[in-house]
Amino acid sequence: MNFIFDMHQKMLENNIILVYEGEFTQEITKSVLAMTERNMDSLGEESSTKRKVFNVMVECLQNIVKHSEEYTAGQQLVNTAIFMIGKKKDAYVITSGNPVKKDNVDSLKERLDQINSLDKEGLKTYYKEIIRSGSGLTDKGGAGLGFVDMARKSGRKLEYEFNSLDNEYSFFTLKTSIARKI
Amino acid sequence: MEIINLEGTEDTPKILLDKGNGIFEISGRSLPEDSAEYYQPIIDWLKTYGEDPLDETIFVFKLEYFNTASSKLILDILTVLEEISDVVIHWYYYEDDEDMEEAGEEFSELVDIDFEFKPY
Repeated sequence: MNFIFDMHQKMLENNIILVYEGEFTQEITKSVLAMTERNMDSLGEESSTKRKVFNVMVECLQNIVKHSEEYTAGQQLVNTAIFMIGKKKDAYVITSGNPVKKDNVDSLKERLDQINSLDKEGLKTYYKEIIRSGSGLTDKGGAGLGFVDMARKSGRKLEYEFNSLDNEYSFFTLKTSIARKI
Repeated sequence: MEIINLEGTEDTPKILLDKGNGIFEISGRSLPEDSAEYYQPIIDWLKTYGEDPLDETIFVFKLEYFNTASSKLILDILTVLEEISDVVIHWYYYEDDEDMEEAGEEFSELVDIDFEFKPY
């Protein structure tokens, strides 16, 4: 029972609006978006902030739907992805975590570091480069633009971390902040 | 030509393509699970339309939001329209939505079509 109390306290301390842990699908994505939108509406959030938060949430959630790996812990197949949105005084913080294959960690880091090295204009140029490259969508239906778009809407660096789960998988945490107009 | 008339949902846009009445419009939100599949019939329709288009085609984008996978498909649509003569894009955006305005400007830089920007 204490677990619930502790979790509740932790969520309050960190100003968490919503946490979702479990299976990620398009239907779940729509529900999470609808709940967060209602929350921001009832708080009277400014519309440009709402749009940016919505934008980053979609890319983040659809990334998980498309790319999260089903991680095998022992004999059990568990889908350990998590999504969280918190509201601080000056910013919304959107955090996601999901298992990725260790083979993919280096290329993910490389892409995120490259994006983080660019300024506003650099991100715009990079976005246009990718979209006009004409390579079409990936086999998972992505445009390869998600992280770039998140960085553009955020206006801050994308924070990330990888924690080892076992020999084959790592847990990928990604944090994006969106400034609130105060 | 047959009319394409798709009702918008919370994750797919409203699409109306009606050659008879000269109405070509995509509006609402676009974040479908599979954007390539969703937009393929639209691209096919426009390719057929391009074989015998109206003298002038005004194509309206009035999107509130689109995800990055949809942006690739919007560019594909614009690329088909680029091959048709006398096409004008009317790009609508909420007047305080700088991101949507900028997205339209970026598309206009990627294709050789006239864009008219329409804040509302």
